[in-house]
Amino acid sequence: MSSETRKIILDPLVDNNPITLQVLGICSALAVTSQLSTALIMCVALTTVTACSSASISLIRNHIPSSIRIIVQMTIIASLVIVVDQILKAFAYDASKQLSVFVGLIITNCIVMGRAEAYAMKNPPLQSFIDGIGNGLGYSLILIVVAVIREMFGSGKLLGNVVFPLVQDGGWYVPNGLLLLPPSAFFIIGLLIWGIRTLKPVQVEKPDHSIIPTAHGTDVHLEVH
Amino acid sequence: MEAYLSLFIKAIFVENLALAFFLGMCTFLAVSKKISTAIGLGVAVLVVQTLTVPVNNIIYNHLLKEGGLAWMGLPDVDLSFLALLSCIGVTAAIVQILEMVLDRFFPALFNALGIFLPLITVNCAILGGSLFMIERDYNLSESIVYGLGSGLGWALAITAMAGIREKLKYSDVPEGLQGLGITFITAGLMSLGFMSFSGIQL
Amino acid sequence: MSRVNEIVSEIMVTGRALYQSFRNKGGPYAKKLLALPNDSLEKTISVALALCVVCAILVSGSAVALKSIQQDNKARDIKKNILSVVGLMQEGVDINQAFSRIEQKIVNLNSGEYDETIDPATYDQRKAAKDPAMNLKIAKGDDIAGIHKRARLAKVYLLRNGDRIEKIVLPVHGYGLWSTLYGFLALEGDGQTVVGINFYDQAETPGLGGEVVNPRWRALWPGKKIYDESGTSVIGLVKGVVDRSKLGSEYKVDGLAGATLTSNGVTNLLRYWTGKQGFSLYLQKIRNQRG
Repeated sequence: MSSETRKIILDPLVDNNPITLQVLGICSALAVTSQLSTALIMCVALTTVTACSSASISLIRNHIPSSIRIIVQMTIIASLVIVVDQILKAFAYDASKQLSVFVGLIITNCIVMGRAEAYAMKNPPLQSFIDGIGNGLGYSLILIVVAVIREMFGSGKLLGNVVFPLVQDGGWYVPNGLLLLPPSAFFIIGLLIWGIRTLKPVQVEKPDHSIIPTAHGTDVHLEVH
Repeated sequence: MEAYLSLFIKAIFVENLALAFFLGMCTFLAVSKKISTAIGLGVAVLVVQTLTVPVNNIIYNHLLKEGGLAWMGLPDVDLSFLALLSCIGVTAAIVQILEMVLDRFFPALFNALGIFLPLITVNCAILGGSLFMIERDYNLSESIVYGLGSGLGWALAITAMAGIREKLKYSDVPEGLQGLGITFITAGLMSLGFMSFSGIQL
Repeated sequence: MSRVNEIVSEIMVTGRALYQSFRNKGGPYAKKLLALPNDSLEKTISVALALCVVCAILVSGSAVALKSIQQDNKARDIKKNILSVVGLMQEGVDINQAFSRIEQKIVNLNSGEYDETIDPATYDQRKAAKDPAMNLKIAKGDDIAGIHKRARLAKVYLLRNGDRIEKIVLPVHGYGLWSTLYGFLALEGDGQTVVGINFYDQAETPGLGGEVVNPRWRALWPGKKIYDESGTSVIGLVKGVVDRSKLGSEYKVDGLAGATLTSNGVTNLLRYWTGKQGFSLYLQKIRNQRG
């Protein structure tokens, strides 16, 4: 693998992660992460769609009239999503039942559209394809971390296998019910962002305002940057 | 009438698209720094949602649904797999048309809302609203009420979020959590609050 | 990785070749079209049209090609659920063969009689519930399951042993917290004792209300009773764990922890479907026939 390719794939994992840095593609991340198995299928579906749509949009990028640019991209993405949805329904029926509308919502997942617009419109097909895979993997990384935490501590299992035997089954672990509710995904992603940014201070956002302690200690002044 | 009222209230609070179903989160988190912009985006979503849900309802019931083509003499045709494509197409078309109409006839409104409109095409709240309409099998008048209610609910949620974020600047947030991190945690707390509405029977 | 690269580059080469041949052999029109400025009206319309055609072929092709597999999956899923609710589903069982022991019947819910005029194999109760010609609006006071309307005819599944009905599987559905739960309730031939319960279509909170599909919770059901002495359906879920020493514990099942509203939904839908609006007349007749 050339260093160029490696960079396109690895860059979106931590340094430029679509979820934690660019705030893209969060909706589905919250809803499908209460079980690792659904999260994994979602990751595969999204990575496939992102890679294929980026490649096909880039293939015709020189012939897309700018006035209908958005709708052309949308149509390509939507068609691919329908194909993926049909394939899931045919070959992974149980999983497609659990994912229900969320496969359809890949269409509006900003990662797919974002990569099409920001990368595929300017770069050749092969790079766009790899870029799609890279960003899909970046999304997958966060999704899998969140899903592992939620399933392991929320229901004591991982991929359906018991990790911590639950109290109600005669074990010792009292599951944390909050982790099964969607808001917990917000907290986990929030804390993940904190972790990543503590390790990589470059990503820290400048606060709009900060508080300067004064000599008296009690009053505070707002300093506007 | 009572049934419509309960559907309306339910769509705003109990089944709030942003905080109970987590739809439209990308824009929800990205465009909620200031109350004024949040209201602008909220209104734009409200308008588009009120238009797209009924339009999609008509298209789905009379063209795509199994047996929907009976008026054309094709009672056995089932095109429901096209629902996704038609929903997103209709949304994109309505956004584009709305943009042109506003630009031509209401320039003041266009200046206020114009920049938000393109964002709405990829807002999952809009697509989600239409998909829920299909899944729950609403009729035309129900879908108008649902479109209005769910749009209003989303607008309410983003405005409330922006209100909280404006106040947040007075608090001493740790460096790594600054910005996005604390926003996620705030959104989590808000949605916990909204969960207390869940399951209310009206 | 190199393998993937190879495949991708192969696709690219084919694509480029197609494009070139379109350019060369597509006649003067194609050449002219590709050379047009992108924003000209002609090019805009032809790009839009070409895209529509390609996407339409892709989408409808996949939908048509996969349709039979999908329908097969759906039918197998329903069969699997029915078999598992009566306890005939084991590892390695051929679903279609096992299902051939099950007899399908159409029941008129108003009279409790079988309706022989309709072929059970093609009758779809979920569709009929939406069809104004075949459904019944439920009055608000009666609608404890929150389903608004139901089909007049219901499809039941019977497991016979000779002439004797051994097990009856009833389709049930109703609203939980987020979603409509669709499932099957299996009873012994006495129309009173529960054999099992199984929900095959639901979207409740995973881990809380979604535990309606948990085998451990479903194992609490066999042996429970539906009707009290007066013939009223009193089966239901309670908060917490059922105290077995108390009177009437045979009508009660442990509620789902942390999911009061889903539990209420399950109670309501069971009472609705085993009540006067549901199968109570039919089950009454079965009991009478048994004598």
